Amino acid sequence: MKDMLNIALPKGRLGERVYNMFAKAGFECPALLENSRKLIFENEEAGVRYFWVKPSDVAIYVERGAADIGVCGKDILLEYSPNVYELLDLNTGKCKMAVAAKKGFRDDTEKTLKVATKFSNIARAHYASFGRDIDIIHLNGSIEIAPILGLSDVIVDIVETGTTLKENDLEVIETVVPISARLIANKASFKFKGSDIERLKNHIAEQIKE
Amino acid sequence: MKINDQKLSSTERAVFALRSLYDRYGYSQYKMGKFEEYDLYAENKSFLVSDSIITFTGSGGKLLALKPDVTLSIVKSTKDEPGTVSKVYYNENVYRAKDGDRDFGEIMQAGLECIGDIDAYSVSEVIMLAAKSLSLISEDFVLDISHLGIISSAIESLGLSASGKSGVLAAISDKNLHSALAICAEEGVETEKTALLSALITSYGEPQKVLSEIEGYLDENGKVAADELRNVLSMLGDDIPMDKIRIDFSVAGDMSYYCGFAISGFIRGVSKSILSGGQYDNLLCRMGRRSGAVGFAIYLDLLSELEEERDEFDVDVLLLYDEKADISALRKEADRLTKEGMSVSAQRAIPEKMRYKKLFRFTEGGAVEI
Repeated sequence: MKDMLNIALPKGRLGERVYNMFAKAGFECPALLENSRKLIFENEEAGVRYFWVKPSDVAIYVERGAADIGVCGKDILLEYSPNVYELLDLNTGKCKMAVAAKKGFRDDTEKTLKVATKFSNIARAHYASFGRDIDIIHLNGSIEIAPILGLSDVIVDIVETGTTLKENDLEVIETVVPISARLIANKASFKFKGSDIERLKNHIAEQIKE
Repeated sequence: MKINDQKLSSTERAVFALRSLYDRYGYSQYKMGKFEEYDLYAENKSFLVSDSIITFTGSGGKLLALKPDVTLSIVKSTKDEPGTVSKVYYNENVYRAKDGDRDFGEIMQAGLECIGDIDAYSVSEVIMLAAKSLSLISEDFVLDISHLGIISSAIESLGLSASGKSGVLAAISDKNLHSALAICAEEGVETEKTALLSALITSYGEPQKVLSEIEGYLDENGKVAADELRNVLSMLGDDIPMDKIRIDFSVAGDMSYYCGFAISGFIRGVSKSILSGGQYDNLLCRMGRRSGAVGFAIYLDLLSELEEERDEFDVDVLLLYDEKADISALRKEADRLTKEGMSVSAQRAIPEKMRYKKLFRFTEGGAVEI
């Protein structure tokens, strides 16, 4: 029996957009787009099984081999450094990791900079690259209010349109790294299902070029 | 004593099979203590898989560590003797954080090291033993081979900054062509100069195919390394299934310790590389030694990912007895049943959750099935 290719997709709009690319590449599974609460979908004929998972968990499913390949943001790859292959920049889900602060903020380099973020490792690596002493405040959500309440001097977070920042009187003062969705693969799966993964990757690379 | 290998787990079977394989090629077993002075690891931190180490103060006030690694201890125990090679294998537990986990774990590791006056024979022997080790664990395996000489000549030819070089090396390990090319573009490398880099990331698989795809782009150093690779592959021997041996340049290590060959092994059903190794002459050089070294480790704890058939029953016979039973007669009855090839658990009551094939009650006349 042919091995199924297991694919972890991030729940939400990005996942749906990426699924359409996969379907065009010959890995279709129409039931996936039907409105249902199911999380696993299979198309035996196409040899493919899709899972909807929380976007930040895709890399875990792939690293641990529950999924052979998956789609996840570069932010997750930078933050958690999972041991996976990063095969393709899908050129979608584009945004940036940025440092933001209250309008008119001036960095007082005599003091330790207080940084609120969900992405501690990215923030630490960014400031270590130019030797700035920082105090990381790890938050799980509503990062934007940290500078307003005086909890932190700046925040390091994902910025898409900048509307949330603007509404909270914050502005981007520095871009840390551009972010987009990436096609990732489990290293062991790549050894045993390499031809399927390669076929999919090449089809998608063609679509990105168009 | 006869061993019923049906009862062995895949890890136990692997330990027996690997030991016998390494013995046959003249490797002797290295048995190590659990502790080592912390300084040994502090000086060679980036050689270790993980830099988290369990430390404690010894009775003399020295800082000791529960061993996170076997290789450094073996290197320390060998001497430089021209013309000779120390060949050892081990099967030990090491203590460090597991991949993707901050907590410490006990990791069962087997492997071998070949340290001394290393030549092409030693290298090909170690790679052959790596392939045979994998084949003993599972027929469905892949052994990836790479040569850091080729990778380093490709990176050096780009004229990158130190951070650019480490970024490109990481991108090669991740098969991440887009990031590798982005770093080159950022540092002003002309597109034509990135052809070898692109080929190293995108071409992998059957050795002759890969070598022919990269050959045209190699400089003198790269060609020497490619010849070494070809030479060692040709010496692997007839009983190695060559369709399972592949070239893959994503197998790359820290070049301040490793040089030459690097290998990584996979078996179907295990989600990570189960075998990892290569040549690490640079580590010995950093330790002021003249010898070369090559070896590999097998992470046996990963075998628990393989689906094994579980016994349907815990025991063949559950032999029930009461407090009035003649204990010596019970003993003899249990022995008789085991001699008939059955496993027996004698109990006064039926243990909760115990799964048994047959239930016997012990009576004066012997065991009676109920």
